[in-house]
Amino acid sequence: MNSPASLFDRLWDRHVVKRREDGLSLLWIDRHFVHEGSHHAFGQIAARGAKVARPDLTFGIADHYVPTRGRGGPVPDASIARMVDQLSANTAAHGITLFGLDDPRQGIVHVTGTEQGLTLPGLTVVCGDSHTSTHGAFGAYAFGIGASEVAHVLATQTLWQKKPKRMRISVEGATAPGITAKDIMLTIIATIGADGAAGHAIEYAGSAIRALSMEGRMTLCNMSIEAGGRCGMVAPDATTVAYLKGRPFAPAGTLWDQAVEDWASLASDADAVFDREVALEAASIAPTVTWGVSPEQALPITAAVPDPEAMADPVKAAAARDALAYMGLTPGQPLASVPVDRVFIGSCTNSRIEDLRAAAKVLAGHKAKVPGMVSPGSSLVKQQAEEEGLARIFTEAGLEWVASGCSMCVGMNGDTVAAGERCASTTNRNFKGRQGPGARTHLMSPAMVAAAAVTGRLTDVRQFA
Amino acid sequence: MTPFTRETAALMRLPVANVDTDQLIPARFMKEPRKPEGYGRFLLLDLVAEGTATAPAPGQTILVARRNFGCGSSREAAVYALADFGFRAVIAPSFGDIFASNCVKNGVVPATVSEEDAERLLATEALPATVDLEAQTIACGNVVVPFRIDPVWRTQLLNGWDDIDLTLAEADSIAAYTARDTAERPWAAPRRG
Repeated sequence: MNSPASLFDRLWDRHVVKRREDGLSLLWIDRHFVHEGSHHAFGQIAARGAKVARPDLTFGIADHYVPTRGRGGPVPDASIARMVDQLSANTAAHGITLFGLDDPRQGIVHVTGTEQGLTLPGLTVVCGDSHTSTHGAFGAYAFGIGASEVAHVLATQTLWQKKPKRMRISVEGATAPGITAKDIMLTIIATIGADGAAGHAIEYAGSAIRALSMEGRMTLCNMSIEAGGRCGMVAPDATTVAYLKGRPFAPAGTLWDQAVEDWASLASDADAVFDREVALEAASIAPTVTWGVSPEQALPITAAVPDPEAMADPVKAAAARDALAYMGLTPGQPLASVPVDRVFIGSCTNSRIEDLRAAAKVLAGHKAKVPGMVSPGSSLVKQQAEEEGLARIFTEAGLEWVASGCSMCVGMNGDTVAAGERCASTTNRNFKGRQGPGARTHLMSPAMVAAAAVTGRLTDVRQFA
Repeated sequence: MTPFTRETAALMRLPVANVDTDQLIPARFMKEPRKPEGYGRFLLLDLVAEGTATAPAPGQTILVARRNFGCGSSREAAVYALADFGFRAVIAPSFGDIFASNCVKNGVVPATVSEEDAERLLATEALPATVDLEAQTIACGNVVVPFRIDPVWRTQLLNGWDDIDLTLAEADSIAAYTARDTAERPWAAPRRG
């Protein structure tokens, strides 16, 4: 008789090619995404004279460096043009399918990959990008890897891995109106800490998680890395199947039927064992914003900037003092009084159609008090948002509607926040300098960013309801 | 990869928690080719500029920091910046998972110590430190502390093993797996492409 298994145990077991006595397992990789930043790995392959083992399972997508303005013309910055060209050359040389700069399906790896149906339940998915955890929303084992591992996957379509511990985070009950997956995830990170899930594979469970759309589940799993997790996942269900049906790269016909049958067997057994369990009540979650320079430095919008002198842990107090100095905030100041200079809606965390709809709903009929940019997660999301009239709501509010890419989340393409400027952002990292040297980032949901745009300060979106 | 057994050198003390890989190498420098100059010149540049960190000094090859060191982006360039500067070991109470794995691929030891021992090392005076991978100890003056490291990583670092060579020797196991898997999961292949 089989012992009870978790979703993660099942994903792990079916991908083990070989188990070594020291505990490392060689895992088969079903999908591999590469982007402009993967050039170090292609360089390592070239230096060995190695071939790409399975070009049919690797997909290239231009996202990290792509310009968001003036698309269709030549890339003006020579070093950025070189990064984009290098990806085209490397994928062409190895026979890898590329969603390049001018492809109508281009977008952020974690948006395009999923909307094309490349990511399926039960698969292993890797990419040289930490937010690969996003794909776990489908019930896949998806994790970010470094350049040496990218080279290893290119050369062998496998990876040596040690099995992480299992952690279940359950969120039970119904969330209050206006609460999104982003608020749930920021609350989880504030609760367990930015290294709270280190060494663990997270499974998100509970009725509040099952109630989320695929877009919401992707936001949740995306930020597993901000909780320190190796990966995050949600068991596939009817929501997953409905999302995938008919996607270009998803199976069809009898293969589809076989796949759906297989996916139904993946969920964790009722008596599956986890190394760690965390439980949250959905009803207690409020719209959440970050106040510091780590995603764990997050609080409900109704709270005040915390006082480091009142913190019991001296290391946390030191980190808070440093964060407040960088962020230009004063202890005791209500978060909802903090003025912002700019807003950004985009990134692999919150740039899908549902995110844009939520932001547009708040912005409709208003003018933004501050400048800002909206970058849809893929060129197809951009097209859909234009067809639905969302793009017009953003531009009529005074926000800039641009093309798809990683953009102002990481600033590699030149979309940056100026030093000292405060940005309300739908992104995933409020690290020092993440959006540009000296930039001050507050993370929140798309609806909360839209509310901040309308009032010019951090704002409780529930007052727009 | 250069094998690691023991390293004695100047210790860089970085009393900061959550030092992310964007701090180790800010994103704007990653368009630069790594060779010939290396990424060491970009290491911690912004944290030094704002006064949170003192600049790493030539000769320092061991670094101690507070918890969650190397969190954030999976960029292996963060380890290239450390390794190109000359660092061979990093010590902290916890690490970003991907960063720690990237360290091992580049012959850099990620040594996990308790919060208390990290504070003791951070409080040491300007003395050289010794990281002994066989004994799993760190010594600096009178302070001698144990550290933890995954045993597999330890073996790899001690031997300087390269993963790809090991895996290419597994071609038969991989072929057997794919034959079985293609029969069991025919739906797993991308429909087009």
